[in-house]
Amino acid sequence: MANKPFAITLKPGTSLANLTGSWRSSRPVYLNRLPPCNNACPAGENIQGWLFHAESGDYEQAWRVLVRDNPLPSVMGRVCYHPCETSCNRGQLDEAVGINSVERFLGDEAIKRGWKFDAPATETGKKVLVVGAGPSGLSAAYHLARMGHQVEIQEAGPLAGGMMRFGIPKYRLPRDVLDAEVQRILDLGVALKLNTKVENIEQSMQDGGFDAAFLAVGAHIGKRAMIPAGDAAHIVDAVSVLRSMEGEDKPMLGRKVVVYGGGNTAIDVARTVKRMGGEPLIVYRRTRDKAPAHDFEIEEALQEGVMIKWLSTIKQAGVGEITVEKMELDEKGFPQPTGEFEKLEADSVVLALGQDVDLSLLNGVSGLEIKDGTVQVAPNMMTGHAGIFAGGDMVPSERTVTVGVGHGKKAARNIDAWLRGITYVPEPKHEIATFDKLNPWYYSDADKTVRPMLDIIRRQTSFDEVQGGLDETNALFEARRCLSCGNCFECDNCYGVCPDNAVIKLGPGKGFEFNYDYCKGCGICEAECPCGSIKMVPEDI
Amino acid sequence: MGYQTVKFYQTGTYTVGNRLLAPDERSVQAGELRSNSINSGHRACQGCGEALGARYAIDAAMAESNNQLIAVNATGCLEVFSTPYPESSWQVPWIHSLFGNAPAVATGVAAAMKVKGKTEVRVVAQGGDGGTTDIGFGCLSGMFERNDDVLYICYDNEAYMNTGVQRSSATPPTARTATTMPVGKEPGNVFGQGKNVPEIAMAHNIPYVATATVADLRDLEYKVRKAMKMHGARYIQIFVPCPLGWGAASHDTIKLARLAKETGMFPVFEAEHGEVTGVLKIRNKQPIEEYLKPQKRFAHLFGKHAHPEMVAHLQAIADRNIRKYGLLDEEKAHG
Repeated sequence: MANKPFAITLKPGTSLANLTGSWRSSRPVYLNRLPPCNNACPAGENIQGWLFHAESGDYEQAWRVLVRDNPLPSVMGRVCYHPCETSCNRGQLDEAVGINSVERFLGDEAIKRGWKFDAPATETGKKVLVVGAGPSGLSAAYHLARMGHQVEIQEAGPLAGGMMRFGIPKYRLPRDVLDAEVQRILDLGVALKLNTKVENIEQSMQDGGFDAAFLAVGAHIGKRAMIPAGDAAHIVDAVSVLRSMEGEDKPMLGRKVVVYGGGNTAIDVARTVKRMGGEPLIVYRRTRDKAPAHDFEIEEALQEGVMIKWLSTIKQAGVGEITVEKMELDEKGFPQPTGEFEKLEADSVVLALGQDVDLSLLNGVSGLEIKDGTVQVAPNMMTGHAGIFAGGDMVPSERTVTVGVGHGKKAARNIDAWLRGITYVPEPKHEIATFDKLNPWYYSDADKTVRPMLDIIRRQTSFDEVQGGLDETNALFEARRCLSCGNCFECDNCYGVCPDNAVIKLGPGKGFEFNYDYCKGCGICEAECPCGSIKMVPEDI
Repeated sequence: MGYQTVKFYQTGTYTVGNRLLAPDERSVQAGELRSNSINSGHRACQGCGEALGARYAIDAAMAESNNQLIAVNATGCLEVFSTPYPESSWQVPWIHSLFGNAPAVATGVAAAMKVKGKTEVRVVAQGGDGGTTDIGFGCLSGMFERNDDVLYICYDNEAYMNTGVQRSSATPPTARTATTMPVGKEPGNVFGQGKNVPEIAMAHNIPYVATATVADLRDLEYKVRKAMKMHGARYIQIFVPCPLGWGAASHDTIKLARLAKETGMFPVFEAEHGEVTGVLKIRNKQPIEEYLKPQKRFAHLFGKHAHPEMVAHLQAIADRNIRKYGLLDEEKAHG
């Protein structure tokens, strides 16, 4: 007592002795939620994950995270219909992040810089046959090769790419891009046998000593429609037209070309005809909003001068002319004939009415189930015949490149498990980071970057690529528009806003920790977390 | 103001930190080595805006003064919850004397440092709105008039919270407090004349006057650092929501501070030598109801016996602030 100043009886102490965490009735926890873009991606890309690296300008790391799921980013950045952007939370704020354009930038950057895939760490000694070198087959081959399996692709056509080469026109997908990304997969050690049509899958597997097979032959037989036609009428199917564009002999269609159908293939053919100097007219039985083609493609076709006759069916095809009947939609939205006819000039008619699968290679294989012209597969992508898996356009699904790539990945994971005698169990999905989980106040205002478009005259006369790409500066801008939904991006908000210093910052890349000794459970950190990566959970009391 | 014109950095300077910014462009609060002037274990309520505002401000002052800082505290929540004898949460030299004399004590500390030749040691005085706008007001005005070398920070939570939510001269019209109950024809606090202490401070023509909120950290840090670069009497009033006294959810503290600014209810500006030199513009203007409804102290304005005329009056006050300080960008103001 004698040593202490006047009126001081206790030693000074720190408030750290007072563990205010005992006040708490609920506690904050960090969690990862599933960003809506990732959830929507048919190829299962970790979009938020690769954008995270692109945001800091580490494009190579971004590309490496991207290609864990999809080996064709440069192709995908051109031809994907980007459901990720449709579901992007930023769309509710201003405009969706241009994910597709950043993906293309990363893919092009990889080609420019010559980035290669990491070689497989181990070799399993198993052999897998992939039939078809389209998006699905290439994707499966890539994933299987990276898992250490020996992969051989047998392709009936003269070049790899499938519909990416023989279906999608050059003005949407330049061939040097496709070639570069295919070559990178082959560089992993994947063997590619061209002009090798598999006639009997079981025989081919036996001959080559394969342990499993993945079938991805696609759907490339154009559907025919019964149109009364004179002997001299020139009727061809869309797939053959697009395929012959890749060869020496360009299709002879004449000047007035009628394209019959309302899907993306019809649009592709019409735009191709326009570029060859023809005058394409699309005839479709329903209306624009009912057409299966994507509206932006219809819009681009119209800009280029493609004519479209909605609500019409072809009744008869003759020499130099066709007869169409006007349709009207009934109350259920189905087209009904009206009895009004019209004659139109037509040097040829191209049928773009969808495609069927060539299933001849499956003749005699036991256990298969074929329904509506497609091969039925289990959720693990295996057909009814053990060891034979299938994916892409030949199984029931939406027929896009992205879905095909996704099938390839999924099949590869299941084939890998099957070869090891185990079952592939996907990790449980996190809850979705919906917009209401975010605090959008914290994001800077920034409108989407618009990609340059080729001028209209060159679009009408050349096969140059229509849509341009981003450069380094605006790709970075676009990447940084990402809200990082559901996943911490180290903005330090929780660390800053805690009135009790109860958040510990672990340092760059390491995230944060709560100090539950002092956290009073006020919930400010959760409310002010921009990206919804914190959740309050009740304490057991 | 607090925002710099930057290239696009995802969240720019809205968030506390930002991994995309260079380290020297980040906030004091984002640093792993911030001084944590008021440490864990203090007895402030859950979600206390004042505890947060005090750490924001004093950490920034510490950073700017190279940790050569003495803090003087008036009586109030901040003093009581941080320093129940013999414990303290303060990690800076800190002194408390009386409710009303903090500016005078700070003047004395500054004078003492001057006499001792310790020119590098800076002095901050701080108090709540009661200790500043009511009880300590005479001492504060004297400190301003003498232009003593003190930064005075008022944490404004709009009532005497520590003693049980009694009205102060900073309590807004219509608010329910223990002494302004929601009864009678005009329930809650009276509209009255108001007492705008930042403007009174400006009337002393002191070097620097500013307002800030806990919702705009970068702006707050910018103002504290700027004030610490100056000498003479300086005044910053920081808007700090009080979940207990306002009847608000503890997680809404920052949201309410943001809404006070975005509605125009609390104008955020700075002034040098008596003239306004900058305002923090409203980014996304909100109607006053958005600010009032989450707070039980305004509950009697809504519901069965609503008082739309009083809400309209409060809206008029916010609109006047917007007009007077130019809180909206030109296009937004006329759009």
